[in-house]
Amino acid sequence: MLAQQLLNGLLLGATYALFALGFTLMFGVLRVVNLTYGFYFTAGAFIALWLTQFGLSLWLALPAAAIASGGIAVAVDWLLLTRLRRAKADELTSLMVTLGAVLALYAAMTAWLGPDIRRLPPGVIAGGALEAFGLRVSTAQLLILLACVLLAGGLLWLMRATRLGLAIRAMAERPDTAALMGIATGQLAALVSFISGALAGAGGVLIGLNFNAIHPYMGESMMLRGFVVIVVGGLGDIFGALAAGLLLGVVEVLTAGYLASGLKEAVAFALLVAVLWTRPSGLFGVAQGRKA
Amino acid sequence: MLLATEQLTRRYAGLIAVDAVDLAVPDTGIHAVIGPNGAGKTTLFNLISGLTPPSSGRIVFAGSDVTGDPADRRARAGMARTFQNIRVFNSMSVLDNALTGLHPRLTASLPAIVTRLPGFRREESAAIARARAALGLAGLLTRAHEAAGALPYGDQRRLEIARAMAGEPRLLLLDEPAAGMNPAERASLAALIRAIAAGGTTVLLVEHDMPFVMGLCDSVTVLNFGRRIFSGPPAAARQNKAVIEAYLGPKVAARLGGAA
Repeated sequence: MLAQQLLNGLLLGATYALFALGFTLMFGVLRVVNLTYGFYFTAGAFIALWLTQFGLSLWLALPAAAIASGGIAVAVDWLLLTRLRRAKADELTSLMVTLGAVLALYAAMTAWLGPDIRRLPPGVIAGGALEAFGLRVSTAQLLILLACVLLAGGLLWLMRATRLGLAIRAMAERPDTAALMGIATGQLAALVSFISGALAGAGGVLIGLNFNAIHPYMGESMMLRGFVVIVVGGLGDIFGALAAGLLLGVVEVLTAGYLASGLKEAVAFALLVAVLWTRPSGLFGVAQGRKA
Repeated sequence: MLLATEQLTRRYAGLIAVDAVDLAVPDTGIHAVIGPNGAGKTTLFNLISGLTPPSSGRIVFAGSDVTGDPADRRARAGMARTFQNIRVFNSMSVLDNALTGLHPRLTASLPAIVTRLPGFRREESAAIARARAALGLAGLLTRAHEAAGALPYGDQRRLEIARAMAGEPRLLLLDEPAAGMNPAERASLAALIRAIAAGGTTVLLVEHDMPFVMGLCDSVTVLNFGRRIFSGPPAAARQNKAVIEAYLGPKVAARLGGAA
């Protein structure tokens, strides 16, 4: 029972981690708290929903939705933030602009599609559950695990082992100096927006699949968890977001399993407060500096 | 001329930091922009490297007008610089810092990076070799894997030069390279700058330390209150009345002139 709960928690946490990776990357490199991030999550889920309703396999709908969400993220970033960046506006300005924008986006989407919860077509993912050592894992959960490992591993590899990643880290630390090294920071910012949006979109598809519930405001409740994960993990810290995401998933599932499912969020946010009390820079934080 | 500015001007509210400056840097050698504190030297460097847009005037580099080009395009055209207040990437290793300097020479595309085809790997090992060569030039090879932020001050300055040189620039801009150095460090810095110039990279440096500049440079341009007051060989600068006045003030200059 406990082993099964832990496994479910880790699988849920993997999607939280995936979602938070893009958020922390955006914050760490582009230096904005971009609240429209939750919208890319909703967008990814709906795009996958529509594609599977047209009969496309989920194995194709997932990458397609991720790529489309990345494209939306680049467009939104360009529309909302280019002017603010040029004017070197402070973080509060970008926070308020993106807050307004995301509320407008959710409301417009609800007006267009209605607030109803939608479900993926039945049998969108073939095959039943696997059982081994008394543990049950559904095919959907396997897909979630596979996607999270591939995407998180790919991001870590890009950032740590390639010179494109080196350029992104240079831009995160000193944007002006990076430009003087010949790094085209505008293009790189667009690439980072794309990667972040794609991660959010993939997260939306996977959460939609896990709970089989897709609705316009799903990104909003996810954003609160995203905040918990990136703050607990240390702002801009990719490894920290991974660990904190897994931790949050396990804590939520164990709370729902052994206490009461209504307490899930209370415990999650109490965790946030407790971590910040004891370690103000996050679980693995050093006192200063940004890491990406 | 490798670099020329024509009537280059930068105004701030109530202040003209750089005032109609004509500067000409030949294709080879070591050249300096000197002047008292607040003369507009660093602003001039920011204009040339593209960090600050000019209010008016033109900048011509290697035969093309780069006035409207952003900093990253100028870097790819062969301009590299260092800073008066050091700006190494603290969170990276010394070698990674040098590798960022190679960015202007990077030709691999994203698909090539992701697929790690042989061409990419060849470029990658050539890049590391070049970064190590730049570190060797600056005497930092033994510290290649240390964290850049933990290096002593003098080494961080040399690392900035190595990072700038890794991209094999045509023009190296050094902003007060000798600031905060002791005489021994200055001597080894001068040797490094001579080696860079001998290797075919033109050097333009900003300094307010006259003795350092005098023994090192082929030509000097003197700024005062944003205006060019002298341009020519260093020995002539030392004899020039306007230059002496700018450094010492008119009263001291007159007294010295009387004594001589």
